[in-house]
Amino acid sequence: MAPIASKLYTDDVSLVVLLLDTNPYFWTSSSSSSLSFSHFISHVLSFVNSILLLNQLNQVVIIATGHNTCGYIYDSSLSSVSSSISANESSGDAKMPAFCSEVLKSLEDFVKNDESLSSVDAGNGVGSSLLSGSLSMALCYVQRVFRTGPLHPQPRILCLHGSPDGPEQYVAVMNSIFSAQRSMVPVDSCVIGAQHSAFLQQASYITGGVYLKPQYLDGLFQYLSTVFATDLHSRKFIQLPKPVGVDFRASCFCHKNTIDMGYICSVCLSIFCMPHKKCSTCGSEYGQAQSDASTLSGQKRKEPS
Amino acid sequence: MNSIEHRAVSNSRGRRLNRDEDEDDEDEDNDMSAWEKAYTDERSWESLQEDESGLLRPIDNTSIYHAQYRRRIRSISSTSTSARIQKGLIRYIYVVMDFSRAAAEMDFKPSRMAVVAKHVEAFVREFFDQNPLSQIGLVAIKDGVSHCLTDMGGSPESHIKALMKKLECSGDASLQNALELVHECLNQIPSYGHREVIILYSALSTCDPGDIMETIQKCKKSKIRCSILGLSAEMFICKHICQETGGSYAIALDEFHLKELLLEHAPPPPAIAEYAIANLIKMGFPQRAAEGVVSICVCHKEAKVGAGYTCPKCKARVCELPTECRICGLTLVSSPHLARSYHHLFPITPFDEVSFPNRKIAGQKSYETCFGCMHNLMDPGTGSGYCVTCPKCKKYFCLDCDIYIHESLHNCPGCESLRHSNSINAGG
Repeated sequence: MAPIASKLYTDDVSLVVLLLDTNPYFWTSSSSSSLSFSHFISHVLSFVNSILLLNQLNQVVIIATGHNTCGYIYDSSLSSVSSSISANESSGDAKMPAFCSEVLKSLEDFVKNDESLSSVDAGNGVGSSLLSGSLSMALCYVQRVFRTGPLHPQPRILCLHGSPDGPEQYVAVMNSIFSAQRSMVPVDSCVIGAQHSAFLQQASYITGGVYLKPQYLDGLFQYLSTVFATDLHSRKFIQLPKPVGVDFRASCFCHKNTIDMGYICSVCLSIFCMPHKKCSTCGSEYGQAQSDASTLSGQKRKEPS
Repeated sequence: MNSIEHRAVSNSRGRRLNRDEDEDDEDEDNDMSAWEKAYTDERSWESLQEDESGLLRPIDNTSIYHAQYRRRIRSISSTSTSARIQKGLIRYIYVVMDFSRAAAEMDFKPSRMAVVAKHVEAFVREFFDQNPLSQIGLVAIKDGVSHCLTDMGGSPESHIKALMKKLECSGDASLQNALELVHECLNQIPSYGHREVIILYSALSTCDPGDIMETIQKCKKSKIRCSILGLSAEMFICKHICQETGGSYAIALDEFHLKELLLEHAPPPPAIAEYAIANLIKMGFPQRAAEGVVSICVCHKEAKVGAGYTCPKCKARVCELPTECRICGLTLVSSPHLARSYHHLFPITPFDEVSFPNRKIAGQKSYETCFGCMHNLMDPGTGSGYCVTCPKCKKYFCLDCDIYIHESLHNCPGCESLRHSNSINAGG
């Protein structure tokens, strides 16, 4: 069975790793008022089903991004064939498809677990969810698929994210993005929160994925199915949302201001908005005053001309 | 020329003894049967090992690979035990390739020159991936003189193009000429940059116009770190250069070894205070120009529509980042370029090995699959008999994920999916 199946892995077979934001602080906040979590899940389940129906070899993995933990919710390659695109879906019309009940069951377990891990102090406003963790797990899974041999479904990662970015995750998220770029895995993002996500904008821009912030969340399924359901090969032929301007400006470590021009520590690359005597991150003391350095580089530039 | 094995084979067939070697070379295809060629080319006996009972077995590559990798990780972590890691992240490096007569030798297939060029290409790509703010220059030694193939620059494509354009070798090699040229070029770079030279040396001699010892002292004085990779045999002068300037000297045993040795130079070396002075560098973070705006870029001097960056100081338009503004000299980068280097400063701790019996005692469900990829750790197919665990989050990982996490991802999925354990805080 297996060798026949691997022969059929053409360029339109997809592996979609879906990252669901289950952060309770986000879903109870006012910014998500236009879409409730249960509606969101029903949109997502229909979307997952439609991906699985597009090609019998398509594979979907769902990872939940919680506030305190991340975890695998569903893997279509693990669930038995009868349950993934189930026969009882057509026969038992009152019953839920086995696939949906499986997802809902593990989602419930996950949310309970997430809640049990929460601490008391975390309740100021809308907390961030652990995007770096779920991205890392998704990339590990994708690597495992790459290891199976030269023939494998084309992987992509889709983040359905609403929570605001957590600045403390910056380095980890960027590491994941660069690793995805290196292994050529596009990171698509669909932002369901009120604000744009700078992390996901950069992720999609750097890895060549699609970034979308739907205007009307009632029609989430339509956005998902028209923009994110197409496989990577067919993407070339359709008109996808144009990348919006990505802000690549940095923010300084000292005041968290976004700056146009700044000073970089040559040892650790920390960003400062004004010259310092000593680096607060790595502790190196700067031997030369900045004015000397600028004249030095000025001289250097004059020499060749 | 032919490898020794080949000559031994052809000599053993007495009737071909009086052939001269050149002819032997040309007729190689007729001279040997296909099965013989397979042995001389692939050296298949090297992938066999003897087990305790004297039976021959194929070498288990995955376990050896993993063992090598563990050793490397451990050696890296032992050298960086100090609380604050300082690395030379801004490097100015010249790669010197010896394209003298010796590079035509065919002990590396198809020739030393081709192998060197191939791996330098891979090195240049890897180097810019790991050191986005650094610059490389390529130098070739040929006919006793050295010349720059490319000047210091930050674009991998232009280097690779220049390298592949003319590959030919002739004449003698001169270490002194190469060092003099590199010394002259590296003297111009700013003081915070780390100056390095990697020489890929094929020849067994150096044909110098003057006293090379003086040149070595000059390089030492300019704090240029010279490393040499030999392709033939160890030479005193090479070792001397490396010792004097603080570089490393190694001889490649085969192509795979050469690749490994070369790629060892890709991650940034620990910063040595005396080599480069810590400094604040003024940099600009240009914004991407709006789509559809027509402006003339300063790098190609052409009018271009959309897609470009505007220097925040002089408003000149550049096409690519990172670069230096041609008008005002400001270094222009984008924040992802800086972020790409941060993992060197916040490395993740090596994972501990766990053998199977321990985990059976623990016997919990979560221990059975790899936290990263859901791979079943109890699967006998994995064969290696142990898995690894992160000392911080205590999650279990399979060996493949272990390698991927440390070599490419630089995040522990377990630690990242736990709140409060995020010790990394560099802000953004």
